[in-house]
Amino acid sequence: MFANHPTLRYIAGRAGWYALTFFVAVAINFWLPRLGDANPVDTLMSKVSGSLDAKSARDKEESYLKEFGLVDLDEQGRIVRDADGVPVRTSILSQFIRYVGMSVRGDFGSSIVQYPRPVADIITTALPWTLALQIPALILGWFIGNSLGALAAYRRGVFDRVLYPMALLVSAIPSFCFGILLVYVFGIQLEWLPTLGGYDDGMNPGLTWAFVQSASQYYVLPFFSIFLLVVGGQAIGMRSMCIYELGTDYVRYAKLLGVRESMIVRYMFRNAMLPQLTGLALTLGGMVGGALIAEMIFSYPGLGLSMLTAIQSLDYPVITGCTLLVTICVLIANFTVDILIGFLDPRIRAAREGGH
Amino acid sequence: MKLIRHLLRTPGFLVGATLLGLTLAIAFLPPLVMSLDAYQRVGLAYLPPTAEHWLGTDHLGIDMVALLVAGLRSSLYVGFLAGIIATTLGTLIGVYGGYKGGLIDDLLTACTNLFLVIPSLIVLILLSGSLQEGRSLTLIAVFIGCTTWTWTARAVRAQASSLRSRDHVALARINGYGTLGIVFLHILPYLLSYLFMVFILQTASGILSESVISMLGLGPYDSISLGNLLNQAIRNEALSDGAWWAFFPPMVLITVIAFALYVINTSMEGIFNPRLRK
Repeated sequence: MFANHPTLRYIAGRAGWYALTFFVAVAINFWLPRLGDANPVDTLMSKVSGSLDAKSARDKEESYLKEFGLVDLDEQGRIVRDADGVPVRTSILSQFIRYVGMSVRGDFGSSIVQYPRPVADIITTALPWTLALQIPALILGWFIGNSLGALAAYRRGVFDRVLYPMALLVSAIPSFCFGILLVYVFGIQLEWLPTLGGYDDGMNPGLTWAFVQSASQYYVLPFFSIFLLVVGGQAIGMRSMCIYELGTDYVRYAKLLGVRESMIVRYMFRNAMLPQLTGLALTLGGMVGGALIAEMIFSYPGLGLSMLTAIQSLDYPVITGCTLLVTICVLIANFTVDILIGFLDPRIRAAREGGH
Repeated sequence: MKLIRHLLRTPGFLVGATLLGLTLAIAFLPPLVMSLDAYQRVGLAYLPPTAEHWLGTDHLGIDMVALLVAGLRSSLYVGFLAGIIATTLGTLIGVYGGYKGGLIDDLLTACTNLFLVIPSLIVLILLSGSLQEGRSLTLIAVFIGCTTWTWTARAVRAQASSLRSRDHVALARINGYGTLGIVFLHILPYLLSYLFMVFILQTASGILSESVISMLGLGPYDSISLGNLLNQAIRNEALSDGAWWAFFPPMVLITVIAFALYVINTSMEGIFNPRLRK
């Protein structure tokens, strides 16, 4: 059905590929935490067993086993037992199948620490904060970094000699160090901006003027800690891309013809931008990692912080829920960039339109 | 030889090499001239720098200089080991696929692309999180190496597949060399300078990955690393106590190593890539 519709065929091909990647990501999310011998039921039991006698402890354990899907159930939802009355453990494969089914429905189970709060609930409270912080910082940083990089490559001279080493130094500073420095200098020493959290204590998130005002104050530092790093990284990449473009024939030819400089820069920018866009897709995973850590340092109430608290308290369902969601976000972003490149790159466009 | 002379005249390379030499000296020289014990309390918590303890003490009252030297060693070790693992894995997968072509190449490329999109930090968090005890420094390095080989494989594959159709490779094939012979004798030598640069970058990213993982509290249990020091400082309120000596020096060390390696890499790129040579 896609035979006559190259654009659709291209999109469908990419979508199929990302569906496969998604499946592998889900599998990794399932298997890796089960490599060790940590078991959510044991963790929960060690928390409650002290105050219970043997019988009620066993009942409790069985209800947890049921809750986390670790035992087989019959049609009436009762636990299947062997001859000695011991619950039959579900095989790892059927656990996996159940896990995939739940993940697709967006059900990530219950938190251990905040039991019985569902993980999906924790994530939906955290996700808007993360998206509101990361997406503007990444996109704005990408544009400004690339413009600066192109400018540095074209102008060379003082601009290049001063900005380039600075960008190199900034991109060498690990994201968390940068965040710590910002917190220490602007938050604690100068006391210009609040540092820890997303809004003033005792405030209820909502669309009131006071809340927006408070939240935007807390927004500044985490935003800059991500934004500046993206600018540094992109500027460096764009600079070397553009230096490469400067040596190409079309730039020399245009110069000989006396084409306006701003025009040449625009040609160059368009050519160098494609690899940069691909690069953005590829480094997105790494950048998201750094950005999550920025959230942790600023105690920004997003996914990064949920993940950190979950790691510290060994709350496995929350950890895997967060990691899976981050992976999905990265996959979606990559997919978007892929489709975008399909439309922007004249070579892919030509292959699509003339290739049959 | 000429390339090395070129390199020694590049200011960027000299700066990078000096900085790297300096960090190596900090890691390995002090234990020779003074006694440093990273497990011995010498005073109260967060003592400011004095003549006796140049960088004060941490939250337990341990000398910061001793901690930094030990941490720097662990970080360099992790970076080096992770760099070797990632470069070797990536190179083998990339070269083999790029030279062989066909179905094997398609499979390896698909595998590489797949793991390229899944964030390696996430895999690292899951791996380290699943192993609570027995998370040693070496194991962390192995984890990092096993999650960051992908972009090396991708880049090396592109290079290898362009070398594949060169005349000397065809001649070697006619002369009866097997796949392994051609890969090791006729393709890898051409990629050596490139692989060395990749190794430098992988080492830098290994050091950064370790510090990130340790910052999250998923670092090695058996040793002091720069990331562990930072994690401890942040957790024990060094920021609000104004104890800059507890978190600033580890940050400077991490940044200086990464910066030195990046600068060395870019200056080498300028020498090895004729297009960039002025």
